[in-house]
Amino acid sequence: MPLKLPLREAKRRSNLVLLSFVFLSMPLSLSAQKNSCVECHLQLENSLRAPAEGFAADVHKQFGLGCPDCHGGNPAQDDVELAKDRSFKGSPERSKIPEFCGTCHSNSEYMRRFNPNLRVDQLALYWTSRHGQLLKKGDTNGAVCTDCHGVHGIQPANFPKSQVFPWNIPQTCGRCHSSADTMKAYGIPVQQVDDYKQSVHAQALFEKKDLSAPVCNDCHGNHGAAPPEVTSIAFVCRQCHPSAGDLFSKSPHKEAFDALGISECEACHSNHRISSPSDDLLPGGKQDVCIQCHDAGTEPHQTGLKIKQQIDGFVASSEAAKALLAGAERKGVEVSEAQFKLQDATTALVLARNLTHGLSLPEIEADLRDGSKILAEVKSRGEAALREAKFRRSGLVIATIFILLLAVALFLKIRDLKSSPKHRG
Amino acid sequence: MNKWWEKMQAYLEPRFQLSAIRDFAQKKKVPEHKHSFWYFFGGICLFLFVIQILTGVLLLLYYTPSVDAAHESVQFIMSQVKFGWLIRSVHSWTANILVGVLFIHMFSAFFLKAYRPPRELTWITGFLLLVLFLAFGFSGYLLPWNELSFFATRVGTDIAGVIPLVGKAIKTFILGGPEVSGATLTRFFWLHVAVLPAFALLIMGIHIILVQSLGMSKPIGIGETKEIFFFPDFILKDSVGWLLILAVVGAVCVFLPWEAGPKADPFASTPLGIKPEWYFTFMFTTLKLVPAHIFTIEGEVLAVLGFMLGGLLLMLVPFLDRRAAHEKRSPVFSAIGLAVVLYIIIMTALTYLAPNIGK
Amino acid sequence: MNRRTFVNLFLGGSFLGTVVSFLYPVIRYLIPPRQAEAVAKRIIAAKVGELAPNSAKLFRFGSSAAVLINTSDGELRAFSATCTHLTCTVRYEGDTETLFCPCHNGRFDLAGNVISGPPPRPLEAYEVEVSGGDIFVSRKA
Repeated sequence: MPLKLPLREAKRRSNLVLLSFVFLSMPLSLSAQKNSCVECHLQLENSLRAPAEGFAADVHKQFGLGCPDCHGGNPAQDDVELAKDRSFKGSPERSKIPEFCGTCHSNSEYMRRFNPNLRVDQLALYWTSRHGQLLKKGDTNGAVCTDCHGVHGIQPANFPKSQVFPWNIPQTCGRCHSSADTMKAYGIPVQQVDDYKQSVHAQALFEKKDLSAPVCNDCHGNHGAAPPEVTSIAFVCRQCHPSAGDLFSKSPHKEAFDALGISECEACHSNHRISSPSDDLLPGGKQDVCIQCHDAGTEPHQTGLKIKQQIDGFVASSEAAKALLAGAERKGVEVSEAQFKLQDATTALVLARNLTHGLSLPEIEADLRDGSKILAEVKSRGEAALREAKFRRSGLVIATIFILLLAVALFLKIRDLKSSPKHRG
Repeated sequence: MNKWWEKMQAYLEPRFQLSAIRDFAQKKKVPEHKHSFWYFFGGICLFLFVIQILTGVLLLLYYTPSVDAAHESVQFIMSQVKFGWLIRSVHSWTANILVGVLFIHMFSAFFLKAYRPPRELTWITGFLLLVLFLAFGFSGYLLPWNELSFFATRVGTDIAGVIPLVGKAIKTFILGGPEVSGATLTRFFWLHVAVLPAFALLIMGIHIILVQSLGMSKPIGIGETKEIFFFPDFILKDSVGWLLILAVVGAVCVFLPWEAGPKADPFASTPLGIKPEWYFTFMFTTLKLVPAHIFTIEGEVLAVLGFMLGGLLLMLVPFLDRRAAHEKRSPVFSAIGLAVVLYIIIMTALTYLAPNIGK
Repeated sequence: MNRRTFVNLFLGGSFLGTVVSFLYPVIRYLIPPRQAEAVAKRIIAAKVGELAPNSAKLFRFGSSAAVLINTSDGELRAFSATCTHLTCTVRYEGDTETLFCPCHNGRFDLAGNVISGPPPRPLEAYEVEVSGGDIFVSRKA
């Protein structure tokens, strides 16, 4: 491939003027280490130019690595033939990319020099993933390192613009997994990302910008990506929701679910489209999930109904207390003390809702009883506040009556004075 | 009963010279004509000022002038102290009503040309009182240390900062530093409860003595010679007005207690729609509307200087209005006054009706 | 009783009524309230020696709950006690030396950081100061 390189021509001519031009225009590149790979590739177009451009922002560059560290060759040479010497590896075939990256990334001794914290098991994990297994079978459609991390211009995973930063991951995975064409061959559905985007987790991530909210890889793994087995889903959820899990494990459901081979959390909360849990999931609610197994009228369903009634009742009285306080506040009475107290009632409610995972009606009742005591206190404070508002108004009426009486008396007095001969002006 | 009363009088007479005061009070008369309604506003101002002193003294009992505790103590007054909400609301609402009545009192004196000789000093002391009460309002507004007052004070003192040459120094002096801070709060508190009341009482004393010794001014061309006794006729009539205002203040305080607002956070960004107390809004909106540059001078500077000059001219109006000084009608001054009133009303209305104007 | 006396009595009576209706709130205002002082940004959370090592105390700070901890090393620390997950009130757990939220088993270390469970953010830490015999807690500036 005969490349005409302006720089080489300039040097050949040894033109003083041009030399000084080069000197002036590129003082930095002259003082820095020479990199003919980047110099040449920047003269090229499209796919041959992209690596040289993208590498400027690459994390590898920040650690002092350059083209030859991955691709071999000799960037000190100006001549393209000489630069692509025997060490030159070029760009790897797609099927070879994992091993290509793994050369360094699986070498703990090498990686330690740059980041001792970085794991070196990615490649090993990769071969256990669905993606890796496909590649092993020779199917190059499976994702390789570069599909998720990019090629030149790779960013560390904790950089917000990186393709593997939490809020970019759904899109990164969705590039393949939302494409019906790509997924058809594997019989995998394609609506997961769309489902996820409607979930409570996505809401936390995208609306609250809460980075601790799970994205695809938090449940499926990243380098070892695979769908969790039915039996392991519950453990995945328990990573963040241990208390619900503990309660569930102690409940009679645990044994029954295990016997039937049903996944635990998913059975009621579904998977990708996990919505914000509501009391409507309980018996009698609009999205009653219990009815999947327990027919209405059966004893377990009845217990569930009772739980729902208890919680609904508490919610109602809690709302009533809130409204009471709001009403008093609108009338200008300070109720911050009562509002502070109300937080404890909220704690009781949140706890009771979580206790539903344990299915123990007495426990829920005990918790709500504590909450009701607090609510009763809040209510009495709210009522006191309303009485205060009433007292203010009646006080105003009394004071105003006196003021008006006094005004009338003054008026009479003035008239009286006018009629008295002594005061005629 | 009567004996006891006489004994008391006999004791006090030589010591207080009560008869002199009584004689003066018995002789004092107020002209009565078609405009004499306006005479009542001075008394109302005095009455409202007394309310302010009383409620202010009460508030001092629980208020703490420090950044850490100012807002908390105001909230404490509003929520924990019995009738604290009432005392504070009365103080805040009356402050606003007082400034409003002061404006009415001043413009009525202006249009009736009450500043004519020999009452020039009455007018000037009255003008100074208006300035003092605006300062009362400005300094008192910050004391609860809430978000709104914090930023309004920042904006207000920035305006003082644009005065050429001395602006920066004045601003630093007012704020006790380059920014609104704890030092500002201390300073405003000092102004509000010590310095301003002292000056207000002094000047008000002079103002009232002048009014008493010179008597009420009769408008030009009023031939009516009818007069009524100041005591008790006039004072009783005036007190009917006080009572009515008192009833209104009470009702407003019960139905709309003055809010404490969220605590000021100096690091927060300025909330939208920040504006000063209503009686400053006409100046505030003018500053928003004034073009950036007028004849190479910064518009804002020009506007601030304009207001200062306007104030000075208003104060010196007894010496400017030569026709009125000679008991002749001076329609030019009435027209100018009317224009000023209209300007203030329109600008104030614009602030509330078109808050985004001039942005 | 002639008209004159009636007017005077009426005037005096209503004047007295008005004065009383004004004095009543003022007197009530002057009577010290139950809580003697305003809750400031800086409050006394506890007395020195009130907390044994490795124990904690919940207290009201402004409009929310806060927790003062005496660590097993005898160091005092204070945090907002409102869990960042669903605003339940957290409690100190002596045997693990962590703050624990019972609602969903959220757990925080004694720097306020989330160790495990669903809380998305650390607990807000407050400044602790010992002065005289009192432990003061204040918001960090």
